[in-house]
Amino acid sequence: MAESFNLLGRNMYDLDDYTAEEITAILDAAVVMKEINQRDYKKLPTLKGKTVCTLFVENSTRTKISFELAASRLSADLISFEAETSSLQKGESLQDTVETLNAMGIDLYIIRHSSPGSPQLVNKYSGKPVLNGGDGRHAHPTQALLDMFSVREVLGTLKGLKVVIVGDITNSRVVRSNLIGMKKMGASVTICGPRTLVPGHMEEVYGCTVEYDLKTALKDADVVMGLRMQLERQTEGLFPSLEEYSKHYSISKETMQWAKKNAIVMHPGPMNRGIEILPEIVESSQSVIIEQVTNGVAVRMALLFLILGGKMG
Amino acid sequence: MQLLIKKGNVFFDKTFQKKDILIEDGIIKAIENDINPSPTSLSECEIKIIDAENLSVIPGFVDLHCHLREPGFTYKEDIYTGTRAAAKGGFTTVCAMPNTDPVIDNIASVEFVQRKAKDIGLCKVKVIGASSKKIEGKEIAEIAIMKEGGIIAVSDDGSCVQNSKLQQNIMKYARNFDMPVIVHAEDYNLAGKGQVHGGKIATKLGLTGIPSVAEEIIIVRDLMLAELTRCQLHITHLSTEKSVKLIKEAKENGTNVTCDVTPHHLIFNEDSLLSFDTNYKCKPPIRSEKDREALLNGLINGTIDLIVTDHAPHSDHEKEKEFDYAPFGINGFETAFSSLYTELVQKGHLSLELLIEKMSTSPAKWLKMNTGELKKGYIADIVVIDLNGETEITKEKMLSKSKNTPYINKTLKSKILYTICDGKITYQAE
Repeated sequence: MAESFNLLGRNMYDLDDYTAEEITAILDAAVVMKEINQRDYKKLPTLKGKTVCTLFVENSTRTKISFELAASRLSADLISFEAETSSLQKGESLQDTVETLNAMGIDLYIIRHSSPGSPQLVNKYSGKPVLNGGDGRHAHPTQALLDMFSVREVLGTLKGLKVVIVGDITNSRVVRSNLIGMKKMGASVTICGPRTLVPGHMEEVYGCTVEYDLKTALKDADVVMGLRMQLERQTEGLFPSLEEYSKHYSISKETMQWAKKNAIVMHPGPMNRGIEILPEIVESSQSVIIEQVTNGVAVRMALLFLILGGKMG
Repeated sequence: MQLLIKKGNVFFDKTFQKKDILIEDGIIKAIENDINPSPTSLSECEIKIIDAENLSVIPGFVDLHCHLREPGFTYKEDIYTGTRAAAKGGFTTVCAMPNTDPVIDNIASVEFVQRKAKDIGLCKVKVIGASSKKIEGKEIAEIAIMKEGGIIAVSDDGSCVQNSKLQQNIMKYARNFDMPVIVHAEDYNLAGKGQVHGGKIATKLGLTGIPSVAEEIIIVRDLMLAELTRCQLHITHLSTEKSVKLIKEAKENGTNVTCDVTPHHLIFNEDSLLSFDTNYKCKPPIRSEKDREALLNGLINGTIDLIVTDHAPHSDHEKEKEFDYAPFGINGFETAFSSLYTELVQKGHLSLELLIEKMSTSPAKWLKMNTGELKKGYIADIVVIDLNGETEITKEKMLSKSKNTPYINKTLKSKILYTICDGKITYQAE
């Protein structure tokens, strides 16, 4: 295992701060973790005595469960902080909340928050490593890691692949982290959506390709990723109806004809079946959507293991 | 009471010359090569002599746009701490915006601020009245009565009148009483819940952007209304390249318009936000490098008339928050001159003479005050400054009640040694 890559005590705000070698080390470690997860006895004693806190100020189901499962399987003690029933609801500041938790001896925080930059604040107030579980529209690095893991598992590598991400780009943290990570790993990323849902400066900031027409975007694609289309974007006046959106941008058996024959289909979930992605393709052999969820636990175990200095054996 | 500033490098007649300045009863009595106190003045009245050898002597700064936060937000700043900080920064006149609580939209509030500032006596404070009641953008405020109370302009700063019909009426009505209208240009629908410049920084950080057009569309509207109403319009804190171009064209077409820019928009670009430091969060947002360059060029070529601080104090507990929740605004009095001197003058982008014109002469002229220049018969508003000195900015050393500046724990070039307002020393360095 990657002894030369010491991730001990590191934060993960986004993938900017991680080299391709470090990302590879995490993904390699996740291969081992995935194997452990397939055993009958799914538990390692490596993080015994460490305390991990999931500080989810914004709602989440899958990411929270995935992280908590990962921590449990490594035998860490787990504190699950619920925003709705917490002092934050009573007007306590993030600073006071984190300082209070910290006084009880937390070793690592996993935070989800609607405001970008909040993970940095948690580190500032705690001095402890922080993993970003999604900060607003900014970043979701562990999602990008599990996406890259999933691609690598099926297609062997990311190098030279064409990845197309379709949907509400403006509001997606998944896109931003994947753009950084996948580019580092040698893939080229094309983003696609209507102009009202694609922010400016994407090419300049991420070195990606931007297409507004799905057919053009999907040409020669190896990987096609759909994004959740939220109904509230319609009331914000960004598109007229889900039906019209679906007609032009949904991933279906038909539109997948424009991609490479063996292209895989991904989605970070939760899905709106029948809107950005059609059921027929979700259930097809091209889809790795369920495998992504499985891989998420393995990737998060690998990350916790490397950052908290677990020992194999 | 007399004050004599000896052997200083005096900014006189637009150049620096070795002169002595004699001040009597708050007025500059003489500026000459060598003034010696007469024996009578030595014996009969008190005379204080400041030795300004190797120091520069420049007119006191005049700020057309600041927030003193009193009444209502005195945990951020009050008139005492605000004017003390202003004096430390070399300001001798500041104009307070009316977005306090209650809003300064009536003569009683105007008089309260003026009286309190006068009693404190650290800096002349002029009041800008609200242009609409409670700065709600619904009804015209009592502009004429507030004028009797002493306001120098009206503005809804911090807010922006969205209703174009009301804005037209405000401008018509203000013109009726010769009141300039100062506009914070922001279209609320376009700005939305924006936090930073709607450019690459918003894309990268996933923060909601405030697009440049949110400012420009209001400037276009108000320039057209100024043309229609012949009202004196002043656009404050310009932030975009296009805004500068729009004002330049309007001026060429004879529209009665002036405008200003802040130090932070002249110095920083959007990359400053990469660290999520809420001390850079302000409205209008710090925009692209291209915008910054256009603002600097606009200042140099005269499109932008003057520099304002937009001194906007916010307490630590407000700024120490998630980026989306922190308030907009940057603390400005104590860093305005030294930051511009360090970043623009010393680096060769702006002459010291022009900086003084934009911080003293031009705003004083805008206010029709006999200050902003060192001239016989003018008000003795003077700054004695060591341009080779340094100013360390720390939370402990700042006099403002709030410490929300990106310069915390940084050292800026130049050091103000004395600020003299109406002939009285209002600040003296330790």
